[in-house]
This record gives sequence, structure tokens and C-alpha cells, in this order.
Amino acid sequence: MIAHAVFFYLFAFIAIVSAIMVTAARNTVHSVFFLILDFISISCLFIMIGAEFLGMIMLIVYVGAVAVLFLFVVMMLNVAQQKNQWFASSKSSSHIPAGLLVSLIIFFELIIVIGGWKYKPDLLNSSTILISNTTTNTHSLGNVLYTDYIHLFQISGMILLVAMIGAIVLTFRQRAGLKKQSYIKQISRERADGVEVVNVPKNKGVKIDV
Amino acid sequence: MNSFSILFNEVYKILFLLIPVLVTVAMIVWLDRRVWAFVQKRRGPNVVGPFGLLQSLADALKYIFKEIIIPASSNKVIFILAPITTMTLALIAWAVIPFGENLVLADINVGILYLFAVSSLGVYGIIMGGWASNSKYPFLGAIRSAAQMVSYEVSIGVIIINVLLCVGSLNLNDIVLAQKNMWFVVPLFPMFVIFFISALAETNRPPFDLPEAEAELVAGYQTEYSGMMYAMFWLGEYANILLMCAMGSILFLGGWLAPLEIEVLSFIPAPFWLIFKILFLFILFALVKAIVPRYRYDQLMKLGWKIFLPLSIIWVVITAGYLLYFNLLPVQL
Repeated sequence: MIAHAVFFYLFAFIAIVSAIMVTAARNTVHSVFFLILDFISISCLFIMIGAEFLGMIMLIVYVGAVAVLFLFVVMMLNVAQQKNQWFASSKSSSHIPAGLLVSLIIFFELIIVIGGWKYKPDLLNSSTILISNTTTNTHSLGNVLYTDYIHLFQISGMILLVAMIGAIVLTFRQRAGLKKQSYIKQISRERADGVEVVNVPKNKGVKIDV
Repeated sequence: MNSFSILFNEVYKILFLLIPVLVTVAMIVWLDRRVWAFVQKRRGPNVVGPFGLLQSLADALKYIFKEIIIPASSNKVIFILAPITTMTLALIAWAVIPFGENLVLADINVGILYLFAVSSLGVYGIIMGGWASNSKYPFLGAIRSAAQMVSYEVSIGVIIINVLLCVGSLNLNDIVLAQKNMWFVVPLFPMFVIFFISALAETNRPPFDLPEAEAELVAGYQTEYSGMMYAMFWLGEYANILLMCAMGSILFLGGWLAPLEIEVLSFIPAPFWLIFKILFLFILFALVKAIVPRYRYDQLMKLGWKIFLPLSIIWVVITAGYLLYFNLLPVQL
């Protein structure tokens, strides 16, 4: 049991420190790396409470895919420079109030979450989902997700699909006069299409149209 | 005292797994160069030791005694962490690989997810190295490589779903035991081919070695690395290749199972079968390196997103439909 406590406090400590460092780090890329460390330690905590499937999916989706894209964007954009410019220039004033508003909302939500902790036993008792020790975490999740909550599950998938298509539509620009390569054309090109033997009349030449 | 003996036992087991893996990685570098040479009618490394077997040892010694140069304008902490990350991630994945019925370090329920997660984390070593070098070629190489690895991971994930549909469990030992009657390479052969090609791309092997395309990017993300740190990248890469081979042999070639249920074949212990299969897949990797020319980058992306991903998703539908129609689903609803 003591080993369990040691590991729990280790991961919890790393999670909290790295979460603080995400906001405190000067270098934006460093804060993304701290975010990744935070994700990893939280997935370790998930695994410790027996939610192994959630922990692994957290690793695969957030660390393996989402954080890589974060890192891409942060590395490419030179955010640190922009941040300094924003705070220095007078035009920036519209960003700060919006950011403050969002962070205030999140702050109050967090307070409400902690307040709701009091009702946790009632909520657990009202749930119809049974936690059994015999089936694995993955099986029981699948049993709930694909039976009782199939519609919600499908709808969330649809929302993600719409978001994906929306992102593609927003960034897709078709420009005129763009030359594209087509494999089928490249591969199916025969000698006859490319080479033509012409009998050139003397002192006249030929007209080659390209 | 009791917990100490448990700890000691675990450390002993871990060393018993890790040291052979590291030695195999060193040997496999030699094998790779040897196969490559034979295809091109050269001799390959044949000077150090019998058949040049000790070549990797000589290389390692050379790397150890070389100076490690850290560029002045680099981000030093991340620069040093990058090869360590690559190496660590390549090694921790071996914890769940089953070498026999009970020969596994950690027999966890979500083994295949763990493998997938660790292999998808592998991209960080490359991004970190490329960014921390603070130089153009490594950065471009890292960006290319990250985009490539993320793209091919998607299709590997869908291929894993194909196998899982036939198994009904995420445990690696269950996956192996489900292939007792027939290896999954037979019914899921197209998926095996796609997995193999995606594994080539995932480990940045030729023909998908664009991250280190020396004609364009010097050496990609490894450009600024030297000495032992370069060697760690290199070893990590080969350990990753070995890991993908292990994953392929567990998912499709029946892991530690003998090919046929014959006395003579089952006389050979289970771990050897897994090792044979890993070696077989690795020789295929090495042959591909020798035979196929490098892909163009846009072709590579097109192959990943427009051909492999749709194909593997279609195959998921086919597999699920087949299993449902003939009532062969492994888990009863």
C-alpha cells in the first residue's frame, strides 16, 4: 500500500509542478513540453486508479497526436516574439480582456467542480452502471459506450467529423493555373506520347507546338 | 526486506530482457549492412572478428571515444534529452512483448495499446532533437519526420483494430493465442502488407527515410549530433525497428507460436520462434532498404493518407461484417 501512495504522490507532484510550469515557463516550446509531461503523469494516475484504457488512450491521442500538433504550431509561429509585440503595442488591448474573461470563466468552473465533490457519493449511488472486478476496464467501457450511450457516442464522432471537414474547407484554397502531378498520367505515359520522329524538310524546319 | 527482494527480482528480470535486446540491436546493425552489401554484390563489414561480427562493437567504441559537441546556440537541456528520449522509448516498449506463455515482463490488459502509445511517442525524440539544434536542416528534417510518423501511425492504428476485431482482447498473449489455428497473416494478408510498409515509414527506414535524406537535408535531425549522442539516436532507431518487427510478428505471424502443431517444431522453445520471426521481418526490412529507391515526399503523404488509410478502414468494415455475418465474433454480445 505504501508503494501505491509513493507512486501516487510522485505522479501527482509531477503533474502539478508541470502544470504550473506550463504557464510559468518563459519559452513557449518549453511550456508545450511541460504540457506533455503533465499529460503523461495524468495518464499514469489514470492507470493507477484502474482506468488503464483511458490512460493509454490519453497517451495515444493527447501526447501522440494533439501535443505534436501543438509543438508544430508553436515551433513554426515564433510565438514568444509575437507575445512581446502584443503586450507592447497599443492595439493589443482587445486580446487581454477576452483572455481574462475566458480565464475567469474557467476559474469559476473549477470552483464549482470542487464544490460538487460534496455530492459525489450521491452521484455514484444514482448511477446504474455497475463496476465489476471480473471484467477488464476496456470490456466494461465498451459495454456501456456501445449500448446505452451509442447515440451520444455517435454524435460526438459526428461533431469531430464536422470540425475536421470545416477545418479543411477553411484552409483549402483552389488557385487558378496550378500545375498538379498525376501519378496515373506519369506512369501511363508511353514512348509514343513523348517522342515524335519528324522528317525535317531542308531549309524549312518544322513548327513544334508545345 | 520482502519488498527489497521483489525489487531485486524485478531488476534482475529487466536486465535479463534489456541486455539481450541491446546486444541484438548491435548485431542487427551488422546484419542490416551485411544484407545490404550482399544485394549490391559487395562484401560488407567483414574485417573485425569472424564475418565482421564485431563491427558494431568497434563502431560503438569509436563513438564512445569521440567528443560530444553541443552547439553554442542550441537549447542544451532539450538537445541532450532528445537522444535519451528516443533510446528510452525504444527500450521500455519491450516490457510487454510476450516471449512465451508466461515469459513476459508485464502482462498488462492493454498491452497492444501500450505498444502503440510508446511507438507514437517516438516522434518526440526527433522533434526535440531537430528543434533544440537551432539549425535549419535538423529543423526541416524533424518537421518532415514528425509529419510522416503521425500520418502513418493513423493507418497502423486502424490495422491494429482489424486484428483486435478477430481477437477480442487487447492483451498481447491473447492476441498470440488467438492465432493458434491460423496466423492472422492468412486472412488479413493485405493488412499485413500495409502494416509492413507503414512500419517502414514509422521507423524512417528506406524508402521512406526522408527525414535524413542526405541529398537534401545533410542528415536531417541528427546533423548537429556527434559522438555517443549520435550513437544513441542510431541505436534507438534500430531498437525501434526491432520493436516494429516484434509487433508485426505478434499481430500477424503468431508471436511465439510454432508454425505447425508438430512435435519436432514445438520442441524448439517458444522464445526462439519469436526471435526467428523478428529476424525474418528484419531481413525483409533490410532487403527493402537495398532494393527500393527513396520516395518523393508528396508521394509518401499521398500514400499514407489517400491509399493506406481508406484501404485499412474499408478492411475494418469487411472484417467486422464477415465476423458478424458468420457469427465468429470472439466476444459474445
